[in-house]
Amino acid sequence: MSLIINLAYFAAAVLFIVGLKQMSSPTTARPGIIWAGVGMVIATLVTFVHPEVSGGVNYTLIILGIAIGGGLAWWSGKKVAMTDMPQMIALYNGMGGGAAAGIGAIYLLQATPETVSNTGLAIATTGSLIGSVAFSGSLVAYAKLQGLMKKTFTFAGQQFVNIAIFVITVILGFMLATGGGEIGSATLLLFFILSLAFGILMTLPIGGADMPVVISLYNALTGLAVGLKGIVLDNPALMIAGIVVGAAGTLLTQLMAKAMNRPIKNILFSQFGGSSGGAEEEIEGTMKEIQANDAGIMMAYAEKVIIVPGYGMAVAQAQHKIWEFTQLLQKRGVDVKFAIHPVAGRMPGHMNVLLAEAGVPYDIIFDLDEINEEFKTADVAMVIGANDVVNPVARTNPDSPIYGMPILNADQARNVICVKRGKGSGFSGIENHLFYADNNQMLYGDGQKVAAELVASVKALG
Amino acid sequence: MIIEGFIALYIFMLAAFTGYEIISKVPVILHTPLMSGSNFVHGIVLVGTMVALGHATTPLEQAIGFVAVILAAGNAVGGYVVTERMLEMFKTSKKDDKKGDNA
Repeated sequence: MSLIINLAYFAAAVLFIVGLKQMSSPTTARPGIIWAGVGMVIATLVTFVHPEVSGGVNYTLIILGIAIGGGLAWWSGKKVAMTDMPQMIALYNGMGGGAAAGIGAIYLLQATPETVSNTGLAIATTGSLIGSVAFSGSLVAYAKLQGLMKKTFTFAGQQFVNIAIFVITVILGFMLATGGGEIGSATLLLFFILSLAFGILMTLPIGGADMPVVISLYNALTGLAVGLKGIVLDNPALMIAGIVVGAAGTLLTQLMAKAMNRPIKNILFSQFGGSSGGAEEEIEGTMKEIQANDAGIMMAYAEKVIIVPGYGMAVAQAQHKIWEFTQLLQKRGVDVKFAIHPVAGRMPGHMNVLLAEAGVPYDIIFDLDEINEEFKTADVAMVIGANDVVNPVARTNPDSPIYGMPILNADQARNVICVKRGKGSGFSGIENHLFYADNNQMLYGDGQKVAAELVASVKALG
Repeated sequence: MIIEGFIALYIFMLAAFTGYEIISKVPVILHTPLMSGSNFVHGIVLVGTMVALGHATTPLEQAIGFVAVILAAGNAVGGYVVTERMLEMFKTSKKDDKKGDNA
């Protein structure tokens, strides 16, 4: 029996790695997640005959727990809108962290001097700390992105308090790990309360724009916590899957932070948008306005159009109309491409998902490195619902807070049309110099309405 | 522990490199599904919570274990459902042309 269990866990570990590998290409990504799912089912089923699982009541609780947790997650996962995906991932991730912390709590409760080693205790404690932080931190991230918690919460000496709590938590953890199994329940309780509190306090001051990076970080932390629990429970499948995710998540976090030009330490230890940055340059030129009808005709007679979508487009639910507009242009022989900034949407890759939902095929969607040279040859670049990611000051003004951030060179197209809800600066509060450029025209209005007008204007041409 | 000290360390090291290598070749367009997919993979914690609850003896342990199983099942199932939903939508224009012909 033990051979079957071990083989099943081995198979699951292989399937997870193969699955993640296949997710690295759009053509094999879907089979990838399905293989990983198969691995999960095998590992879960075989655990029912695991020698350490015993007791009729416990079996009932396990089945009931899977039914409740799985059922609720299935329902919420099917229902969630694509725009709300980041916070949903945060929520599911937090649940995993909480589960890892729960395993740690049981292990520490059951620990007696005869059954445990200091190494085992140290690993269990570390895993519990990381899991608890990922749990409460992810829940705060969820609440913020879901709009349940609008304000960033800061107070004087906050960082000092955070550090103090962290230090006390680590000391308590050290006591648990070196206690040789003689664990006071008060110490244990305080350890978990402070771990959870630290996760909350650490996440509270972080602004919504930085949240994707933080979610990715917690994803990596949960992976690490799960991996550590794998060592404690002597389960290689948990260990390998957890560590693979921990490493992958760490890299993904770095990639996201790099794309946003925000060093991870700045995200975690300072507040975003607190200072307005350096002095504003004098802006030359004026903003010119264009009507949707003229903009539509201009693009209909262009040879090459590059569309730069931002999160504003998704908020206005304009992606379906934009895709309809794109198809109309394509029928007229216009070469249409989508240019995606790494942080378009709310996390890297989110905009691709939103466009995919509207039906835009991924082979006309290009990322920054692939398309930036092409703006020079484009007749029209249409920026819709994006702002900071096309702001040329990131290239030109070293005093600007976004200086050095990679941007899409939409300003190099022959004509630029910026679709915008109203006048005023973007998310970061920085004036966009593109709006004042000679080759730029502003198209004011709600994204969806503008897109519908664009469609109508091209249809009217026959 | 079957996995003795240094063997655990070796597994740890190799798994970490594996994770790093797999991700380094992923295009940006798949980052969100991938984050979600890796989120699903650490849902394997469900197996750990089942074992932990399986040998729970006191009511307190059972209560913690029960909550942990609910959370872990939510992680695994939710992670799978949203990842699958996102990946299902990625299409090439070829498939779309076919659809257009039929319409």
